[in-house]
Amino acid sequence: MSQINLNTSAKNTWCIGCGNFAILNAIKLVLKELIDGGIPQENFVLVSGIGCHAKIVDYININSFYSLHGRVVPVAEAIKIANPSIKVIGFSGDGDSYGEGLEHLLFAAKRNIDITMIIHNNRVYGLTTGQFTPTSPSGFKGRSTPFGNQEKPFNPIELMLASNASFVARGFSHGIDLLKKIFKEAILHKGFSIVDVLQVCVTFYNMYKYYDERVYVMNDNSEKDFQQALNKAREWDYNSDSKIPLGIFYRKQEKTFEESFNSGVIDNKARRVEKIKELLSKINV
Amino acid sequence: MVKDFSILIGGKAGDGIDRASVIIGHILSSIGYRIFVHRDYPSLIRGGHTFSIIRASEKKVSAHKEKIDILIALNSETLDKHRKILKNQCFYIYDSDQIKTHPDICGTGIPISMILKEENALELMRNSCLIGAFSKSAGIEWDVVEKILRITIPKEVELNLKVAKRGYDSAKQIINIEKIQQNSLPVLTGNEALGLGLIAGGLDAYIGYPMTPSSGLLHFLAGVAPKFGLNVIHAENEIAVIMMALGFAYAGKKSAVGTSGGGFCLMNEGLSLSGMAELPVTIVLGQRTGPSTGLPTYTGQTELFYAMYSGHGEFTRFVVAPCDCEQAYYWAGTSLALSWKYQIPSIILSDKTLAESIYNFDPHKIENIGNADILMWDKKTEYKRYLDTDNGVSPLCFVPESKAVVKVNSYEHDESGITTEDPVITAKMQNKRIKKIKFLKKELEELCQCVNVYGKVDSEIAILCWGSNTPVCVEVCEELGLKVIQPVVLYPFPEKQFAKAMAGVKNLISVECNATGQLATFIQQFGYSVNRKILKYDGRPFSVDELENHLQAV
Repeated sequence: MSQINLNTSAKNTWCIGCGNFAILNAIKLVLKELIDGGIPQENFVLVSGIGCHAKIVDYININSFYSLHGRVVPVAEAIKIANPSIKVIGFSGDGDSYGEGLEHLLFAAKRNIDITMIIHNNRVYGLTTGQFTPTSPSGFKGRSTPFGNQEKPFNPIELMLASNASFVARGFSHGIDLLKKIFKEAILHKGFSIVDVLQVCVTFYNMYKYYDERVYVMNDNSEKDFQQALNKAREWDYNSDSKIPLGIFYRKQEKTFEESFNSGVIDNKARRVEKIKELLSKINV
Repeated sequence: MVKDFSILIGGKAGDGIDRASVIIGHILSSIGYRIFVHRDYPSLIRGGHTFSIIRASEKKVSAHKEKIDILIALNSETLDKHRKILKNQCFYIYDSDQIKTHPDICGTGIPISMILKEENALELMRNSCLIGAFSKSAGIEWDVVEKILRITIPKEVELNLKVAKRGYDSAKQIINIEKIQQNSLPVLTGNEALGLGLIAGGLDAYIGYPMTPSSGLLHFLAGVAPKFGLNVIHAENEIAVIMMALGFAYAGKKSAVGTSGGGFCLMNEGLSLSGMAELPVTIVLGQRTGPSTGLPTYTGQTELFYAMYSGHGEFTRFVVAPCDCEQAYYWAGTSLALSWKYQIPSIILSDKTLAESIYNFDPHKIENIGNADILMWDKKTEYKRYLDTDNGVSPLCFVPESKAVVKVNSYEHDESGITTEDPVITAKMQNKRIKKIKFLKKELEELCQCVNVYGKVDSEIAILCWGSNTPVCVEVCEELGLKVIQPVVLYPFPEKQFAKAMAGVKNLISVECNATGQLATFIQQFGYSVNRKILKYDGRPFSVDELENHLQAV
């Protein structure tokens, strides 16, 4: 087993029983495996937003960018374009990336940029103490909707499939084996990957029992069949009480966004000035 | 008498007025004139009234005049609107197939539709025909016209030349714009000069979202990206724009963004993040007439305070307002370099006038931009992204680096970049970020020309101006024997250089394109007050004549 120590001096402030621990433990094990497997530790960059989920970057001794609420994706994209050799893993919440920053998420999927997004989807705002989120079921009584929210939730799996995401999966924060498997596959996937993790908030929306009774791991889906992936995604709409499939819904290989950029920036100043002069001589007629 | 000509070309939006004015500018520049093109167009794609004024002079000009030597009218509205400003009421060229029943017609009619039909040419070649006719009217040799058209027309060159020659032969000479024995200079928009300056300063990536008047910068850099190996991205919105810029900065790539007021509003959370996380970014803020959507394609100088005080929290920044292409080039590169030296955001205040007007650019100083002087980690001690130092600037290290963990953070953080709410560390880190401004200010005062003085330098009457207003003030004050003071660096304010410029001034008049006199208000905190304000806020820049009238009335 790896001797790598990924701990930091930061004190963990998540609630006891918080689903974030499963994500933290799973990702640390996956990172260690990948580092042992030959990806240099310094080639990982973790990006997080704002919310309980985001503290994860303080707890892992790896390069990180602790960003703003909703703004994980554009930061992650730029780091990838700036240096395609870097593995960029974004951690985000449901309020973060399905609410405040939804547009960025859709565009990242549309671009098929090679980053991984892990969504800590607890379907409630934790850090701001219990309001409904874009994936809370209708009728959810939160502090901003004391009489029940009147909206239907997004189905992020369906939304991501419709947006050209090339790797779409769902995990659950009870136990880490499945999370580990999915995270590793997502990180190694070349292209935009998203893992929606049903992560339980024990304080404001404790869904352990509800999920335990409904989740099952998909084992006979093709992963390559878009229509089948869509059908599987629609089995549970985040609102009804049906069975909840876990695992990888879909994956495909396509050209990635960062590959389309110029490489070889001209760093040499003299060379740049020479080229500027050349350009100016063309417009001096 | 100084040779100084103005030509107005007008028509409907979509007629290609803009393109034609650029070509006329090139023609005049190529025969030794210094040119300036003022563009006035509405915010729509087709229809509406559009015009450009091309001014050509023996000496450098960067402002337009009211009186016109030749008017080129593509429609009768142009004739109705602008004929009154012609020096000679009959010195106009018009499309006689379009304008038939105009009263007291006496200009030079060119049967453009007929010519196009006979030459089997496209409707959009009307401009070539008028350019030809104009050139003849101005006494410009055909060889010059042909040379410029060959360079500036992207396709169907031969047919365009035929049409232009027909226009040329149909017109008669009415004035004489003679060749001047003076080397010609490149012709650039302010946006292009800003782009070149950023490149010279070491730009790696430019991210934008279209918004007038800064879209031209995005277009220009996207076009030259392969030449310089730049990454240019049109992102989903301005929030993504600035967040991407900060992502690039984290990875060690120098990035810049461009927008206007509305887009800058969206960027504000990213601006504060730049301040907190100490990630450098250069922002081109192209002002237009506000508030809100305002007049999208017209000018204004209403965002001085906004540039200085935008964003939540307190942090060090740099704000500069260049006035023409040479300053735009120099300060764009220098802003990028200062952003990286101090790990701060810098804001370049541009506006519609500077961004989209066409100027001659004197390239003899293009090497003068210093390379970014970046403090790098020496790899000898454990890496701390936010190590506190004497001047507050921490050594940088870019991922991937095997011996370092690089953590940046939007929360208050300790030197390692780990989140903290500790009161002692909070105050210490706030001091670290804030103290950088003292060192930045000192460097600027000592090493840069932050305040420019023009005109009659010993005059007791001085005009205070900033940004794109400066050239018109300089031209008028040289005429009237007054002094002009232009603080080009606005934040941190170069107090020492400004005091020196103010020596001997008894009467200070501010000239600004806003309704309140923002610079006049700003300098009050340093103990200066203006005696009078000349303000214009109708979306249009001052013309030379207009400002002269205002000043003579004072």
